[in-house]
Amino acid sequence: MRWLLLKDLQILRRSPLQSTLLVLYPVLIAVLVGFAISRGPEKPRVAFLNEVPQNSRIFVGGQKLPRANVQGRICKKVECVPVHSKAEAEDKVSSGEVLAALVLPEDLIKQINSLSTLTPGTPEVEVIVNEEDPVKAGLVNDRISALLAQANLAIARRIANEGSHYLKLVIEGGNLPVLGSRIHILGLQASARILAALEPALPPGPLRSSLAQVTEFAEQAGENLDIAGPLIDRLAEPIKVDKVVVGGSSPPLEIFAIAVAATFTLAFVTVLLVAGSLALEREENAYPRLIRGLVSETGLLGEKVLLGVAVGLVVTLLMLAGLQIFVPLEWSRIGLWLAAIVIGGAALAAAGAALGALAREVRAVSLLAFMVTLPVAFLSLVPAGTVGAGLYDVIKVITALFPFKPALEAITAALEAGNGGLGEPLLHLAILAVAYAAIARLALRRFARV
Amino acid sequence: MDGTATAALRASALVKRYGEREALRGVDLEAAPGELVAIIGPNGAGKTTLLTILAGILSPDAGEVETGDGEVGWVPQQAALYRRLTVEENLLLFARLERHPDPHASCQEMLELTGLGERRGEIVARLSGGNQQRINIAIGLLARPAVLLLDEPSVGLDPRQRARLWEFVSGLAGGGTTVIFSTHDIQEAERYGGRLLVLADGEALFDGTPEELREAVRREAPEAADRDFETAFVTFLHHRGH
Repeated sequence: MRWLLLKDLQILRRSPLQSTLLVLYPVLIAVLVGFAISRGPEKPRVAFLNEVPQNSRIFVGGQKLPRANVQGRICKKVECVPVHSKAEAEDKVSSGEVLAALVLPEDLIKQINSLSTLTPGTPEVEVIVNEEDPVKAGLVNDRISALLAQANLAIARRIANEGSHYLKLVIEGGNLPVLGSRIHILGLQASARILAALEPALPPGPLRSSLAQVTEFAEQAGENLDIAGPLIDRLAEPIKVDKVVVGGSSPPLEIFAIAVAATFTLAFVTVLLVAGSLALEREENAYPRLIRGLVSETGLLGEKVLLGVAVGLVVTLLMLAGLQIFVPLEWSRIGLWLAAIVIGGAALAAAGAALGALAREVRAVSLLAFMVTLPVAFLSLVPAGTVGAGLYDVIKVITALFPFKPALEAITAALEAGNGGLGEPLLHLAILAVAYAAIARLALRRFARV
Repeated sequence: MDGTATAALRASALVKRYGEREALRGVDLEAAPGELVAIIGPNGAGKTTLLTILAGILSPDAGEVETGDGEVGWVPQQAALYRRLTVEENLLLFARLERHPDPHASCQEMLELTGLGERRGEIVARLSGGNQQRINIAIGLLARPAVLLLDEPSVGLDPRQRARLWEFVSGLAGGGTTVIFSTHDIQEAERYGGRLLVLADGEALFDGTPEELREAVRREAPEAADRDFETAFVTFLHHRGH
């Protein structure tokens, strides 16, 4: 077996372009996928035109609310590009310099203030987008909707706070500043107390019973309107999120990204190398010569799996060492890494052997290996809940039949403690390795003898 | 042929079916040490199937193959070697897989036998088809076989390369190796084969010397007896229903 292994390494050495591509391509894909997963979208550039006069403020009940700093909040979430006119904003969107433009019109605050009058208007902001790219258009719509929802929430909170304050004044009494002077408000609770004190002084009769009714109203209103305060507060944010994690231990995003990158590399290197190398034995017509007593079919498959595991292990470890520059890794867990990479590599290599046994041309087999590995790898990254339940069940079955997902789980668990157990994915991989080796042997007997 | 005790290889009543189609129909063959046997017949006659069964790669559906004490070497029609390795690396690899006690010595011996010593370091893909075929045969000889099976060894070679190949193969037979080769070139079979086995549609139509085949052709296809041997042979096959 060692001479066959040496021969395969000699052939790899003689094909520098193929070897470089075999290593560089998956590493490049892996790094790109890893970073795409671990990094959220960068701040989109949005042209911002604020036509609202600087001193405009929102009034509630004749009172100025403190500044909500809507512009500051928006510009925290996006990269604001200040523009001076609507035409300039449209130009920047058309040219693609910015993703969208947000225009706060001059009468925005006036329209918001009209909401508390008898002739309420409709406050509007203008969003300018370029919808020639549907994906980009969707992204912009989502981002702008989220930003405006946040701005609305901020304003609603301010209004609710003021509303609560006035309600408290009505219930408990106090001073209300009006036009530079202060007006004392008695409040329902104090009114009820005064009325209750007056009631015994009146002679029994209709006047006394009417006063008793007014006193009772003042008491009940003072007590029950207390409930309205929290209710107004809740109106600003009716639904609060209370996240309870019931299953799955989500690894840190960087670790998951590195695990994805490592598994991509391992999968492509081993599957392509083993499938191609086995097909090469047939393309070179050497296969029948080899199995005429020089090496058994099982021995040949074992050699190919060993080749895939050895090369996959070296490339994956080199890639992890490279990624160490960006994200610190726990090298003390290298024993677990090796277990995950070796057993994952063996299962992937066995799958590669099964694919390699199906055809005799290296090109056809390489194409087949790509056509199988790439979609399965992407399907393995589909999170639960992002597609329909039935479709997700199908995806689960497909990804369970190929070693990519269990290899990803094993490598994720091996990279850092607390990312799930290693035993289950390793057992899954071992079962797949045996199953694919059996399929490969059967396929060789069926297709490769002559 | 008699003297079965000295046969290097004996096959009897070989049958091979691919689905409904019978590729071999009860074929017998016996070859003595040092004998050069040519298996001839049109395409699809069953020549490669017969050689593949004799080599032990395929199992027959009926019949059996007996070999003497020595190994059976097999040289497939298309060169079975690694084109990205050098001549020497190929020979060394197969010598090691054959578990030769001194693979380097065996490699050197084959380089001398094939006359490719000076090109030992060349990548096989850069060699001519004839030279690749010589290495192909040399690899088949590494097992030091008593019987060497060659499947259409001269296909794709130019006349000069053919001449060198047959000189090489005749030398092997002269040294005591039994050589059984297939070809659809009747003149090549007649010139180099000591004995001819004619196959058509999986059936053995004739087994004898080239002279005996000429005699049979004259007897069974007299109308073509005065024409060239290839035409007479085709007429003979036609008379036999093929």
